[in-house]
Amino acid sequence: MSDSPKTAQHGLAEHTHGSFVPLQIRSDRPSSKSVSDFEAISPLQDLWRYLQPDQLNGLDSDVLGEYESEVSFVSTDDVKISWIESTDSRVGSIGVPEDRVAAAAYTNASKTLLIEVAESAEVKEPVVIKIAANHPAPSALHIFVVAKKFSNATLIVEHMGLGNLAEIIEIDVQDEAKLNIVSVQNWDKGSAHVSAHFSKLARNSFLKHSIASFGGDLVRITPVTTFTGPGAEVEMNGVYFASAGQHLENRPFVDHAAPNCKSRVTYKGALQGNKAHTVWIGDVLIRVVAEGTDTYELNRNLLLTDGARADSVPNLEIETGEIEGAGHASASGRFDDEQLFYLQARGITVDDARRLVVLGFLVDILQRTGVEELVERLTSIVEEKLGSY
Amino acid sequence: MATLEIKNLHVTVETDQGTKEILKGVDLTIKSGEIHAVMGPNGSGKSTLAYSIAGHPKYTVTKGEILLDGENVLDMSVDERARAGLFLAMQYPVEIPGVSVSNFLRTAKTAITGEAPALRTWIKDVRDAMSGLKIDSTFSERNVNEGFSGGEKKRHEILQLELLKPRFAILDETDSGLDVDALKIVSEGVNRAHQANDLGVLMITHYTRILKCIKPDFVHVFVDGKVAEQGGEELADQLEAEGYDRYVKA
Repeated sequence: MSDSPKTAQHGLAEHTHGSFVPLQIRSDRPSSKSVSDFEAISPLQDLWRYLQPDQLNGLDSDVLGEYESEVSFVSTDDVKISWIESTDSRVGSIGVPEDRVAAAAYTNASKTLLIEVAESAEVKEPVVIKIAANHPAPSALHIFVVAKKFSNATLIVEHMGLGNLAEIIEIDVQDEAKLNIVSVQNWDKGSAHVSAHFSKLARNSFLKHSIASFGGDLVRITPVTTFTGPGAEVEMNGVYFASAGQHLENRPFVDHAAPNCKSRVTYKGALQGNKAHTVWIGDVLIRVVAEGTDTYELNRNLLLTDGARADSVPNLEIETGEIEGAGHASASGRFDDEQLFYLQARGITVDDARRLVVLGFLVDILQRTGVEELVERLTSIVEEKLGSY
Repeated sequence: MATLEIKNLHVTVETDQGTKEILKGVDLTIKSGEIHAVMGPNGSGKSTLAYSIAGHPKYTVTKGEILLDGENVLDMSVDERARAGLFLAMQYPVEIPGVSVSNFLRTAKTAITGEAPALRTWIKDVRDAMSGLKIDSTFSERNVNEGFSGGEKKRHEILQLELLKPRFAILDETDSGLDVDALKIVSEGVNRAHQANDLGVLMITHYTRILKCIKPDFVHVFVDGKVAEQGGEELADQLEAEGYDRYVKA
């Protein structure tokens, strides 16, 4: 565990329990593959400040079950999918857990689902990994995706059913590869899902990484993208819609550790109902070596009713001035009575007005997934949520 | 032939100082094809009248009736009033982020007529109406009222008037904030809608200049929440010369 003095935890002299130690520098965050290296989760910790530990439904336990039969897929020559032992040297090579739940996933998943896109493969059809749970036992899942050199593929990871899942997805995007990955979270009520995504982008590669979170009492995703080679580009998109009582959290982080890379982070969310809560913490780090960086991150939230809360915090750390551009924006707005009146005054019913506004707000993010069938399905999920209010 | 009747309308609004009566017994009858101008000083309740007819939740009707061909408008929700044929061109149209003008217009038209308009003719109708109002074609892809100039907002209101074809239109200070050219364009749009659909118009204005472009059949002077005087076009000329002073002082 790579502790810095400021963030002392177990085994160090400054060790304390329960005290609030804010992490000032994103890159200094401690990491470990072992769950026992992390102290018990508390809302006093910056990483978990928006949650109560009981919302995790046991995902912060030392011991978790494992998903295997819950996961279905079709392996092909271009995209080979198989279970490997987690002791394989590739596992953990892209990212090491930075929080207790991710470490619990790492510690407890004895097998890892390996998804290999073959070198130079041009995969036309999206590859779908379906994760359908039907029991509440807190469980672990580790996925490792490798997009080999010059390949081009689309991967959809869909989560559904009743489940409590601690998950790691490692994404290795090799030289000149293009990968479009979408993670859909549409769990049943009663589910909690905490997922850490780690992506590494090699020279001139391109990653489109999308999150779509709609169902589940708690969904918390921490996608980390690190540039390891020059000339790479990432587009990180997120769309979420929280109804009453749901907590949907996203903490994207882009680590510009190589020169001349480009990142665009765009997350949009809607909220409706009492205690609907969304959290977006967007971090971008531009290291000294990352000259020529071009980055922009944006979060927008639309509150449809009273009683909902959207937290939104963009952070930018810049260690070099030799960059193309760096910006961020965050805005949370209300669908207010005057907007509703305007639409109604044109004959549009309250329900249709809400649908028009929400779909208008979210549709461009849905469309960025680039998979028409998925766009239609996600749109109908949004409409269903609107109707259920 | 349709009739919009406002009978002894009393309207209150909640303020920090408690409930305040703004309209104190308004009587007004508008028939299809008629153009009525309601003029009055600031604070006389002109805009309250407009919003009360449209059904804005901020205003409470405490007494009186609004009837559209004998049907009780006050029993209808805001959207039902619009579908019954009432249209309010707003003084301060709000921004609707994320909703494009084209999507908004098509949704509104579908709501008003009860069925989606045939695509081919609809696109042509929209294009024609836009060019009549000298609205650039890229306007369709912009979000409703987002970043519109004052003049663009007013033209967008009249664009809706021409496309949605209501039976009665209430224009709430549509002339305010427009330069001479924009006023002319907007007025022509109102006149087109008036002629094409036998539209009844209730035009609320502070100034007389729009009455040179849109000729009223009747002029009502509105003071302290009710109609103080009515007459023909000549009343507007008199107001132009004398102002509202004699009503306010009285």
